[in-house]
Amino acid sequence: MHLEEFAEGGSFLHGLDPRVKFLTVVPYVLVIAVMQGLKGPAAALSASAVLVVLARLDRRKLLSRLVAVNAFVTLLWIFIPFSYPGGAAFQIGPLTATREGILYAVSITLKTNAIVLATIAVLGTSEVFSLAHALIHLKMPDKLVHLFFFFYRYITVLHEEYGRLRNAMLIRCFRPGTNMHTYRTYAYLVGMLIVRSYDRSQRIYQAMLCRGFSGRFPVVSHFRLGKGDVAFGLSMAALTAVLAIV
Amino acid sequence: MDHGEDLIEIDNLGFSYPHGKRVFSGLNFSLKKGDRVGLVGPNGAGKTTLFHLIMGLLRPESGEIRVFGRARKTEEDFREVRQRIGLLFQDSDDQLFSPTVEEDIAFGPLNLGRSHEEAAAIVRETCRALGLEGFEHRVTYRLSGGEKRLVALATIVAMKPECFLLDEPTAGLDAATRERVVGYLKEHADTYMIITHAHELLPDTTDRIYRLEDGRLTPL
Repeated sequence: MHLEEFAEGGSFLHGLDPRVKFLTVVPYVLVIAVMQGLKGPAAALSASAVLVVLARLDRRKLLSRLVAVNAFVTLLWIFIPFSYPGGAAFQIGPLTATREGILYAVSITLKTNAIVLATIAVLGTSEVFSLAHALIHLKMPDKLVHLFFFFYRYITVLHEEYGRLRNAMLIRCFRPGTNMHTYRTYAYLVGMLIVRSYDRSQRIYQAMLCRGFSGRFPVVSHFRLGKGDVAFGLSMAALTAVLAIV
Repeated sequence: MDHGEDLIEIDNLGFSYPHGKRVFSGLNFSLKKGDRVGLVGPNGAGKTTLFHLIMGLLRPESGEIRVFGRARKTEEDFREVRQRIGLLFQDSDDQLFSPTVEEDIAFGPLNLGRSHEEAAAIVRETCRALGLEGFEHRVTYRLSGGEKRLVALATIVAMKPECFLLDEPTAGLDAATRERVVGYLKEHADTYMIITHAHELLPDTTDRIYRLEDGRLTPL
């Protein structure tokens, strides 16, 4: 499992200071999140598209992420047009879709994609370690940052552990079916994963204690603001302001 | 199956890891019924990878893997391979996932369609053969390293494979446990391949030894 697939690259966005990235992307995303109507979200989506172009992301990987996100959006499309009050647009059996409901769903779709694209383009282009590092510099609570970082670090380990147990099942000719044997086997798999992750977390904690861990990660390297960072920060701030006014 | 018949034939095999490291290009190898083969080589040479390719846990980029006289390409092809070849993992923790020894040993036979009574009989028989009587209700997770290895071997033996692929079967074991593993192999296993770094083990247990290095197998 490769979770940092967008972090490899040499675009302008990849080289930016992650602190600037957080400081610009968080307000940008918030402004989009509270937008109403269609014009604002459409403008935001175009702005995010520009960020994606700047980040020179792999199109196929980006598309697969968007498919995953829009699968959730599809669920909204099933409910919102039929439950939002307003003038009737069309009918399926006893259900009436409203014009306002459809517009609302379009607005949510645009906003979601604008937010996801911007987050991938700006934050996804930094490694998780430097993001965690930037959060510490931005005075986020240590515990939250550690949680975020360890979650990221060990979800990959868990996934590998799962892969090994799956192999153990495969070589003994396990074929999942709808029966007790399958349910019991999956329950064992999940149970074993929990027991082992707990155990592993204890070992890692012991190893950290042995190296003098006292609840804080020392920050060794420091970021330095460059001209590009300032330029990016100012343009993002201007963009966010314009979007907020629109 | 006659003695000397090809069990595993590997023809011009090519494989690299997803992150790009090339392991094999044009590897050839064959294992016949009755062969007892040792496989040595530096860490990272691809010994474990070779086993995983034979079992269909990894798929080759190019070339062909023939097992029991048939080319194996799809998941369906490899199901039969996994019934008839037993792979012992390097780390026994990778092999055991059921709460108790009994359930773990019964898992394979149950997958092969045996009834619960038949599986229970196989568990008893396997435990006896490996000297694991009284272990049936022990919790796999709390076994010692040596016990885990024996139970892992038992989970494979319970499927009555025609050939064993053993990935460092004696690594990390004390002399007595090592003797039990080796003793079982010498007495009950007819065809097998052993990966090991313990060279003193090989003259005793194998007829042929290969060295795997830089993606090539050379007889020693």
